Amino acid sequence: MPPELILFYVFGAAAVVASVFVIGQRNPMYSVLLLIASFAALSGLYVLLDAPFVAVIQIIIYAGAVMVLFLFVVMLLNAPREEAAAVRVFGSPTTRRMGALLALTLLVELVWALSRAGQREVWVSGPPDRLPSAVGSVRAIGLALFRDYAFAFEVTSVLILVAMLGAVVLAKREL
Amino acid sequence: MPPLTHYLVLSAILFAIGTLGVFLRRNVITILLSIEIMLNAVNLSFVAFGRYLGTVDGQIIVFFVVTVAAAEAAVGLALVIALFRHRETLNPDAFTTLRW
Repeated sequence: MPPELILFYVFGAAAVVASVFVIGQRNPMYSVLLLIASFAALSGLYVLLDAPFVAVIQIIIYAGAVMVLFLFVVMLLNAPREEAAAVRVFGSPTTRRMGALLALTLLVELVWALSRAGQREVWVSGPPDRLPSAVGSVRAIGLALFRDYAFAFEVTSVLILVAMLGAVVLAKREL
Repeated sequence: MPPLTHYLVLSAILFAIGTLGVFLRRNVITILLSIEIMLNAVNLSFVAFGRYLGTVDGQIIVFFVVTVAAAEAAVGLALVIALFRHRETLNPDAFTTLRW
């Protein structure tokens, strides 16, 4: 077994297990911390895929910024535990079972579709090892980002401005 | 290098876990975390496709997805705080009226 495949299985299993525990927790504090572990495993997968830049922003932005924001809110609200059965409108056992069934159906459907689509020889024979020398490099990403995707990049700044204003207005004391 | 299908199936599993979390959990914060899991599953397949097609575009799209996810987390958490202030609970089943 080539080492890359072993690493893939290790990181993949870590990501899946951590994600399962994230949704299995009643205490959101543990969920947030476990999700950081899942993100770390995903960042390992990005390194395997020759995408060091994405691996780094996964750690810095997701684990470092977004998850810290979540942690702040969990601590601020100080309501860690999910109530067992306080108010139940949509949360009846039947609907929950239906939800689980739907998620399982989605998984089966996706795996079925993927296993059939993956028969093309380009994908099975593995990636081109020719890997245009600089595809993973920050230089290539920067060139593409500021040349081909310059407009999208600028629009993103408007999106962030709107999100910032929205967050400030929503979290104001008197809504 | 594992075949592309491996990465896509892993991405599908993670996405299904995120969906399951949205369906099962009764805590707004955990539901937001499940959405983050789903976004990351999609990111993984973008990067895998980019690598196997030998282009950089997959990583660029991941960059934008991360930006949108950060904005979404900020607004979503602000909503959670506003809701908690009015209802004193994080259970989405308690937010059934459109007026307060």
